[in-house]
Amino acid sequence: MKRFPTTRLAPHWQRLQGSHFAYRWRRDRLARLCALILTLLLGAALLAPWLAPSNPYDLAQIRLLDSELPPFWVAGGTTAHWLGTDAQGRDMLSSILYGARVSVAIGFGAVLLQALVGIGLGLLAGFRGGSVDALIMRLTDIQLSLSTLMTAIVAGAVVKAAFGGAFYGDYAVLMLVLIIGLSEWPQFARTVRASVLAETRKDYVEAARTLGFSHRRIMLRHLLPNVLSPILVISAVQIANAIMTEAALSFLGLGMPETQPSLGSLIKSGFDYLQSGSWWITLIPGLFLVVLVLSINLLEDWLRDTMNPRRYKD
Amino acid sequence: MGFLLRRLAQTLLVMGAISVIGFALLDGLEPAVPAEHSIWQRYLQFAAAALRLDFGDSAFFHEPALDIVVRYLPATLELFMTSALLTLLLAIPLGVYTAIRPRGLLARCCLAGSAIGISMPVFLTAILLIQLFAIGVNVTPFPPGTDWGAWLNALLSTDGGMPAYGRGNPVHVWGSWYTNFSTWQGLGYLLLPASALASVMLPLFVRLIRAEMLEVLESDYVKFARAKGLSSARIYFVHALKNALLPVMTIGGMQFGTLAAYTLLTETVFQWPGLGLMFLDSIERSDIRLLVTYLMVMGGILVVTNVVIDLLYLWLDPRIQLNGRTP
Repeated sequence: MKRFPTTRLAPHWQRLQGSHFAYRWRRDRLARLCALILTLLLGAALLAPWLAPSNPYDLAQIRLLDSELPPFWVAGGTTAHWLGTDAQGRDMLSSILYGARVSVAIGFGAVLLQALVGIGLGLLAGFRGGSVDALIMRLTDIQLSLSTLMTAIVAGAVVKAAFGGAFYGDYAVLMLVLIIGLSEWPQFARTVRASVLAETRKDYVEAARTLGFSHRRIMLRHLLPNVLSPILVISAVQIANAIMTEAALSFLGLGMPETQPSLGSLIKSGFDYLQSGSWWITLIPGLFLVVLVLSINLLEDWLRDTMNPRRYKD
Repeated sequence: MGFLLRRLAQTLLVMGAISVIGFALLDGLEPAVPAEHSIWQRYLQFAAAALRLDFGDSAFFHEPALDIVVRYLPATLELFMTSALLTLLLAIPLGVYTAIRPRGLLARCCLAGSAIGISMPVFLTAILLIQLFAIGVNVTPFPPGTDWGAWLNALLSTDGGMPAYGRGNPVHVWGSWYTNFSTWQGLGYLLLPASALASVMLPLFVRLIRAEMLEVLESDYVKFARAKGLSSARIYFVHALKNALLPVMTIGGMQFGTLAAYTLLTETVFQWPGLGLMFLDSIERSDIRLLVTYLMVMGGILVVTNVVIDLLYLWLDPRIQLNGRTP
């Protein structure tokens, strides 16, 4: 590959503009729309402390008199609270932005952990082969036949039963990252192993072995950069999955406590008020969650089609 | 018997993993055996008791934990079977249709719907169904004074009134088994939870059947059947579908855990008194024995389901040789 001087970015930009990737990007309107929505949602979530009208964690800013106000377009709603308020009088828009921040942070954290564990074990299994490979693959089989969502629920239940609800509430973010991270690694391990198996037959790996490089160096410096593109595709769908799993755990009461709600715990706490007619407390955070996950999933579909022209079976 | 034995060994490994988790939880929190025994002895005693189906008494109910699980099981089975039936009735025609007319309008709608369905958590679908059909929605986006406005408003609004919480009054069948299947009222209680559960299973199975059908339709024997002049309906629904459904069955079996999790979430929303709700209650009550019994029973059901599916596969697909080689 030709090397461009790093100080001049123009040739890189030109090459990117002429690539298959950019061509597909320009042609696919849905992908660009999803990317735009996703950027807006993620940006709003990350900038929550600056964008939100009020701080939902600050009890001084909550007025109980304003409880269960509907969104502004419904009769009785005011523009002081665009998306209404919940049963404690908290502004829903602020709660949703802060909640999305928690959900997205847990999603990214969990996928980072999954990737660390999964890529490490996948590289090891694919490169070493033999009994190491067999052992790691049996582990992924066991984990997958228990299903990742069920594993996460059971793990959450076990931790909560073992340490009690108060402890669980204090360390909820850490617990959720650990639980979701450690229950969904097999996807990464399998993908990486399959790619590594294809790569190890190539000459450059043979050359690296002949030069006497250590196994660790070959795995990290030679194999890893060549299996990055499937990892990227998997990461996108895994983030969507992790956000969904976190929402499910929180909805079951095994996730974020109501004092520091994620989107899932907002839906859970709003569900109690559905019967009294306050649909917005539960359905608007739900809509946010669905749009977030849907845009990630659609982008992932596009990414998969573009980076791997050979269609996968879905 | 290589194929069967290998699969059986794998499911037994899964069961072993579950039993280790159950043992660790029980041994750590409510040790039944004095700690002077070694950990291996304690595990073996736990496993032996589990094989005798003796899981001890539930701390909350003061009854054998297995009896409690057996009491809650029929509700979950009825919910699951109803939604599985709904899913199959819809997924097979939709999957076949989207495979044979991939560019059709209905196929595009189906795929868009399944993309949304996959991104929608099951508890949210359930909440939406409750809002629409149990509570009711009254919308007035169109001018209510005019005829067409009133008509459109009525079209978009729903009455609600469907039962959405619990099982109603299920009819006693035998022992601790009560059923919702025997009365219209009972089926009414089943309708919303089963639809919610089906709505999350449907996109998975439509995509799966579509992918398998697309592959089968490319195969030589389908081309040969066409050349022979068989009618398209016969080719699609008899020759192709039969072979497309085989992998669907296996993957459906492999998704057991996911389906169990979805059932658990559905039960939570609708307060359906099944195993999932019992499991969550046992966490809240720190009823460790009941929790462990639930895990072990689910593991047992997982093993049995997988073995039954493997046997069915062996019977339906004669190409799978007993020596474990697949051509």
